[in-house]
Amino acid sequence: MRFLFKTDYQQDIRLFKHGGQAFWYSALAVALLAAPWLLSDYWISQLVFIWIYSIVSLGLMILVGFTGQVSIGHAAFLAMGAYTEAYLHAHGWPFVLSLGFSALVAGVTGIIVGLPALRVKGMYLAIATMAFGFIVEEGVARAEHITGGNAGKMLGALEVFGIPIDSELRMYFLTLIVLALVVLGVMNLMRSPTGRAFVAIRDSEISAQSMGINLARYKTTAFALSAAITGLAGALYAHKLRFISPEQFTFLQSIELLIILVVGGVGSIYGAIFGAAFWIVVQQLIVLAKDWLPPGIGQQTGLQPTIFGLILVAFVLFEPMGLYGRWLKIRTFFQLFPFYRKGLFRRQKSYMKSERLK
Amino acid sequence: MLQFLQLVASGVAQGCIYGLIALGFVLIYKATETVNFAQGDLMMVGGFLGLTGTLAMGMPFWAAFFAALVVMLFFGMALERAVLRPLLGQPAFTVVMATIGIGFLARGIVTMIPEWGTDTHVLPVPYKDQVVHVGGLVLSMEHIVIVAVTAMLILALYLLFKHTKIGIAMQATSQNQLAAFYMGIPVRRINMLVWGISAAVSAGAGLLLAPITFVHANMGFIGLKAFPAAVVGGFGSIPGALVGGLIIGVVETLAGFYLPEGFKDVAAYIVVLIMLAVKPNGLFGENLRKKV
Repeated sequence: MRFLFKTDYQQDIRLFKHGGQAFWYSALAVALLAAPWLLSDYWISQLVFIWIYSIVSLGLMILVGFTGQVSIGHAAFLAMGAYTEAYLHAHGWPFVLSLGFSALVAGVTGIIVGLPALRVKGMYLAIATMAFGFIVEEGVARAEHITGGNAGKMLGALEVFGIPIDSELRMYFLTLIVLALVVLGVMNLMRSPTGRAFVAIRDSEISAQSMGINLARYKTTAFALSAAITGLAGALYAHKLRFISPEQFTFLQSIELLIILVVGGVGSIYGAIFGAAFWIVVQQLIVLAKDWLPPGIGQQTGLQPTIFGLILVAFVLFEPMGLYGRWLKIRTFFQLFPFYRKGLFRRQKSYMKSERLK
Repeated sequence: MLQFLQLVASGVAQGCIYGLIALGFVLIYKATETVNFAQGDLMMVGGFLGLTGTLAMGMPFWAAFFAALVVMLFFGMALERAVLRPLLGQPAFTVVMATIGIGFLARGIVTMIPEWGTDTHVLPVPYKDQVVHVGGLVLSMEHIVIVAVTAMLILALYLLFKHTKIGIAMQATSQNQLAAFYMGIPVRRINMLVWGISAAVSAGAGLLLAPITFVHANMGFIGLKAFPAAVVGGFGSIPGALVGGLIIGVVETLAGFYLPEGFKDVAAYIVVLIMLAVKPNGLFGENLRKKV
């Protein structure tokens, strides 16, 4: 067991808490840089998807995991980012500019969507975001002169600072760099006053308000940041797929993003990345499993939703803290060995945590 | 004018379906403060049960209707016991994700059942393709049956809540679980029963809807339009659910006819966004603030 004695504030907000962390993260960085030369193109491509989904789930995590505002329309922000990028790219904007502009467009939309959050909360807010998601989905399908409608839109070749991104390897590094920047940004955000205000709002709006936190301002900020990061991922997603259509940004996509958070572990940066990795790998495993399962089961179209449903229900019932929570438990088990107790991570149960006043 | 009334009539029928599903949400929300995202999928399972009852087992339609309702009553109760009860006391978000998972499972498993599958099925009903003329209006029998059966279901629920011991216990539970528990009401069993009733009501909606659309694995997505209905009516209000459903149904039908293509599908969501901006508690909602 490692004990950290904090003696000043600088130590409290340090990115690496201790030498062990610095060592392991450097090792991870080396592994990630070397990975493309050790893996086949197919798996590099899957890693690119993991990085993109990690960025999306980090965006959603800011809103759901850190600020406690549920959004079930996040695919709409993904669509905003993707279509803005597709439009600007077609008009010859340089990538860095158009990427930033996509995030900006999504972020401004996020502020607009966040407006109901100032008056309503809980399920009402979730339904407002859902309504927004459906309206964007329909709008994208109808605005044919910009989005190409249901027929979809193709994207041309990508070039960053004069380097053509024409192979999986280059796409891998591009998305990895963006992900690293986003992770650093979110880490920084969460140790700043803004991030701490988000967490305070999540834990109790009333106490946050009593401590002088401006709910309206911070909720809007959370929506804007979350949407901007999601839009960023949307732009990368558009370039990865080279083809976007409204079918990729449906209500089910929004739900899948939430499932990623639950599976990974709500309320931590690790959770977002673990969840994204798990999600992509499971989808690939289902595709692989279809080949060697008996055709009666393997060719069923219902196989995928059934497995998704099982995974989700199983995580909610047996591991509500997600993959990251499981990792914490395993780590604590070894750190405390042999003094680990079963009840160490048990969540306090109240008979009924009512939102009502009665 | 006649055309307008004609549209309103079919909107009302559609609205009854939304209202019934919204009623299912509201029952569960009032009792357990959980929003059930699998409501539409329960409706879909009810539709398939009716299909099996009439086609495979040869029951007359109304017998199959009630059989499906009873089966779904027990299915809803079993669901509560197996998945929802272990989650009692967990944050609302966790429970909502569990119901989303149930929805995925229901959709996946239904397509794997041999007779059900991914195809669209036609549910044979005795009142198919009949019309009634009322002073120039042409009302299809399907729509009239929907309105009539909805009215009967609502009446039955009203009597249950007002005049039976169980119904009053349910009201007490939805007002204050802890106080109800102290009064000797078996809160958990009441919650289980509420889930059962809610599943049965949705199954009824599915069976009424089946003659108009078709029975297929994705018909549950219509349940998503019941969310706006519930919000417009005020999420905790039973008459509100029905009124909200009717409003959404009529607005949607009128939007489909008078507005450009595409507005029909989003009309419900535009209405709900306006409602949330103007009157977030809905038409019949209670305006209460939480005290510290």
